[in-house]
Formats: sequence, structure tokens, C-alpha cells
Amino acid sequence: MTDFSGLRVAITGGTSGLGLALVRELVSRGARVAFVARTRERVEQVMRDNPGAHGIVGDVSAKHDIYPIAMQITGELGGLDVLINNASELGPTPLRMLSDTECEDLEHVFATNVFGPFRLAKALMGALSASAREGRGAVVLNVFSDAGASAYPGWGAYGSSKAALHQMSRIWHEEHAGEGVRFLSLDPGDMDTPMYHAAIPGADPSTLKRPAQAAHEFLEAIEQALPQMVTD
Amino acid sequence: MIAADVAVQRPPDAKLLIVDSQRHIIHVPRTAFVEFLRPNDLVIANDAATLPASLTGVHEQTGKSIEVRLAGRPSLDPMDVSRFSAIVFGEGDFHIRTEDRPLPPLLQSGDTLVLGPLHATVEKVLGHPRLLSLHFTGTADEIWAGLASHGHPIQYSHMQTSLELWDVWTRIAGPPVAFEPPSASFILDWQVLAAIREHKARFATITHAAGISSTGDDDLDRLLPFDEPYRIPETTARAVELTRKLRGRVIAVGTTVVRALEDAATEDGHLRSGEGVAKGRIGPATRLRVVDAILSGTHESGTSHYELLRAFLEDSTLEEATHELIEHGYKTHEFGDSVLIL
Repeated sequence: MTDFSGLRVAITGGTSGLGLALVRELVSRGARVAFVARTRERVEQVMRDNPGAHGIVGDVSAKHDIYPIAMQITGELGGLDVLINNASELGPTPLRMLSDTECEDLEHVFATNVFGPFRLAKALMGALSASAREGRGAVVLNVFSDAGASAYPGWGAYGSSKAALHQMSRIWHEEHAGEGVRFLSLDPGDMDTPMYHAAIPGADPSTLKRPAQAAHEFLEAIEQALPQMVTD
Repeated sequence: MIAADVAVQRPPDAKLLIVDSQRHIIHVPRTAFVEFLRPNDLVIANDAATLPASLTGVHEQTGKSIEVRLAGRPSLDPMDVSRFSAIVFGEGDFHIRTEDRPLPPLLQSGDTLVLGPLHATVEKVLGHPRLLSLHFTGTADEIWAGLASHGHPIQYSHMQTSLELWDVWTRIAGPPVAFEPPSASFILDWQVLAAIREHKARFATITHAAGISSTGDDDLDRLLPFDEPYRIPETTARAVELTRKLRGRVIAVGTTVVRALEDAATEDGHLRSGEGVAKGRIGPATRLRVVDAILSGTHESGTSHYELLRAFLEDSTLEEATHELIEHGYKTHEFGDSVLIL
């Protein structure tokens, strides 16, 4: 497995599911990791379990949290090579038809899944472009979902927000090619995570992908997107 | 000059005064900046993000309210955030001009400052009742979290409203090491960087812990700028070498870039990459070794920033340019108009 020593990575939603698997995998492979989550106790637990990881308490759906989060990320890591916008909001469960979805619930899903990644990537674009200029490479990975591509009844809020994030990723990728900042929009597949079980109660975990497997696949994609592996 | 009192980084009507190499003065809309670049020019900006360096709190020994403005640190090491130099004000907030802010209570070594979730010990008073070195308690992550949750950007009495971090971070903001914004870089956005590439010019950055521009206290202002740590990436040093070879111009965006590049310059005009601490003042007696031109805010005579411009221009031209800035209604301060000296 590739050693990620020296790679500076920030992950949102880093205390459960795929985000937690990414934190574990990256720390074990030598990366310098900052992760963000809302609940202080869980952030502190993940820091205890993964020595060296920098935990940041914050809510990416909250406009006033974004710059304090960005400042802690670049402050603690001294810069940033990879941003993984993983934190996602499913919306109210049980899942419901779009016309039965309250506007406020839709707004909250978009605040987490679209405006949060937008604001955070914007605030961190200076740090990412500096990494690219210095030859370290820079990658923003936005976690996508097939619910953003297929019209699954009941997945309207989540699916439409992921479609918006996917399209933003594609446009960002074109607009920042000149700076050397690459954007990936990747679907991890159906995973055995709290979010999936909230969406599909009673789903058989044995049919679902392990988050650690998805994390492994994402890191392969990041590695391929970087010009060369960086080491300090 | 008129104080720019609204926090808009790129107002559509921003102006640019250009002093060209023939010492002609030209007035253009600031958006035209890129049109004055030539192929192989190198534009270098400071990519420091701005810290929320203003911390309100209490001097534990007296119970008096204070405002601490962080003003300097020994290095750019992300984990070296326990020690800062700082300027302390007594009661009041940014609505009162710094000139009129009361002194803090008498501070002594060993005193404790309670600044929201942060606790700091006064290490030493540095020869002035407002100026001290302090030491924060806690891990680096705890200090970063405390600054993030409790700190605010340093505010200005000439602004209509208080500033948020998004007001003072430039588009290219990276490591949060500046105490006030490297505001000359407000001119830059991603569209401008693309236009620089289209003009076959290049863009590079340095990181410089831009310090406090003014304290409102003449004795303290005479000490400005304080020592400021900086970092010059190897890629930036290489870009300067290439620019020299191709006979392009090195154009510094802001006074902090000049300070860092000239501090890191060797006698023969080469540039050392890596970290350093800019200590000297740049002024009329300075022989510039690396920087050929400067894009800057508008500065009033008597400030250290104005003195730095004297390294680029003889006094008579600088005085003429200053006169033109006033005549043409240019705005000054952080969100003001710009000057390009070629």
C-alpha cells in the first residue's frame, strides 16, 4: 500500500461511516489528517483512537463555522493538499416523496451537501492552489452518490443535492485546471453505514460494501490524481 | 485621501494609479491591471490568510476588560503557536479610534489574561505599557480552536461595520499567519490569475506573517513593522531565476512581498528559498535586489508603507503621485484603491 507520509488531508464528517474509515486509513498510512465533525465527544474519541489526527468541531452546514474550520485546517496542517467533502445529510427519514418534503428540510440537505462543500472549497482554494504551484498536487474529492444520477423515488432531497455537487465538481475541475487543482466526484457505492441503514431500514449488511473498502478505493483515486506522492 | 469604509475587496469602480517606467502617471480602472503586464513578467503575492488576532477578555489580576491584538510570532511552524507578541488596549472596542483607546491596566510578567477559552501568561512587557510577549496555555490544537471560536479579525474605526474572516481573507489565502490582511492581494481573484496566464506572465506566492499596520500610538508605530517570519517556496525562487533569464519583471503585490523577497535576496540578486525573518525597514536608501515593480494600496506619507515606496521612486515623483491620488479622489486603507509602480 502506498505510504502517504507528508500528505495533508482534511476530511469532513470524519467520525462515522466512510469519513471515519478514511481518517483511520490515512493516519495508518502516514498522512497528516485534520477531520471535522459536529459532536465534540465523538471528535475527541476519534482523536484518542487515531493519535496524530487533528479533530475540529464544526458544522459545515453553518455559514459562520466555515472560516473557523478552514483556519484550523490550514493552521494545524500548515497548508492543504487534499480536501474530502464527505459530510452528508440524508434528510428526513423515513424517506419521502419530493412533494412531501418540507422546504426547510430540503434547504438543510442542500446546506450540508452543496453549500457546505462550496463554502469550504472556496475558503481553502488558496491553500490548495499553493500546493499545486509547489508541485505537491491538490485534489478536492466530493463524495457523490448514484442517487444523484438515477431518479430513485424517495431520494429527492439527497439525490438532487448530490447531483448539484457533482455538477459543481465538474465545473470546478474545468475552471481550476490552470492552477493544477483537480476535482473528483466519486460514488462509494452502497455501504454499511449509519446513513444507509437510516435510509433503508433492515438492509442486509452482508450485501453492502464495508466503509474501509470504499476508503481504500478513494485513496487509490486520490493517489492517481496527484502528480507524484509527496513526502516531507 | 478618502478612507474606504466598506469591506468590498474588489469594488467595480476601484481605481489604479500607474507610474510607468518613464515616470508618467496614468489613471485606469483597477480591472485593467493585467493589461500592463508583459510576457515573462512574474507577479508575486503573499498568500497568508489573516488570523482572528483580536481577542477580548479580562486581566485576571485587576478584573479589567482588555483587548489583545496578536502582532507577531517567532516562526511559521503550525505547532509553534503558544508564543506571540501582542498589543493590549484597555476598555472599548473598534468604534473608538486606536489613538483614543485607553491604556490597559498595568501589566506585569506572570499576569494572567483570560481571553474566552484561552488563557495566556504575560511573559514580558516589551518597553511599552501596551506591548508584551505572551504565552498561551494548552496544546497547539487547543490554541487554534480557541482562536477560531473566540478571535475576531482586527477591526478598524474607519469601517462602517465589523469585519468577518471572509472579509479579510484574500482569494489566495492559505496558511493563517497574517495579523492584518495582505490587502494589496485583494485585487486578485481566480479570473485575474487566469488573465495573468493568458498574458504569458507568471504567478507565484510567498507566505509572510504580515503584522499590524498601525497601533495609534506614535511610540509604538515608530517600531513598525515588527520582525515578520516568512517562507519562500522553492518554486517561487526558481520562477524568479527564470524571470531574470527571460528579462521579465518581478512585480511584488504588496509591501510584505517586497520585505520578504529583499530579505531573502543575496548580494548578487538571487533569491534564497525557505524560511526567514524580515527585520529591516525598506526605504529610500534600500537598493532593491529582486523586486522591479510594486502593486500596492495607496499609502499616506509618514507610514512605513509609504517609506517602502520611496525605494521604488524618487521623492518628487512619489509626491506628485500622492497629489494625484488626492486630486482624483482615490480611496485609502485596506479596501481602498491601488498603485502600480513600474
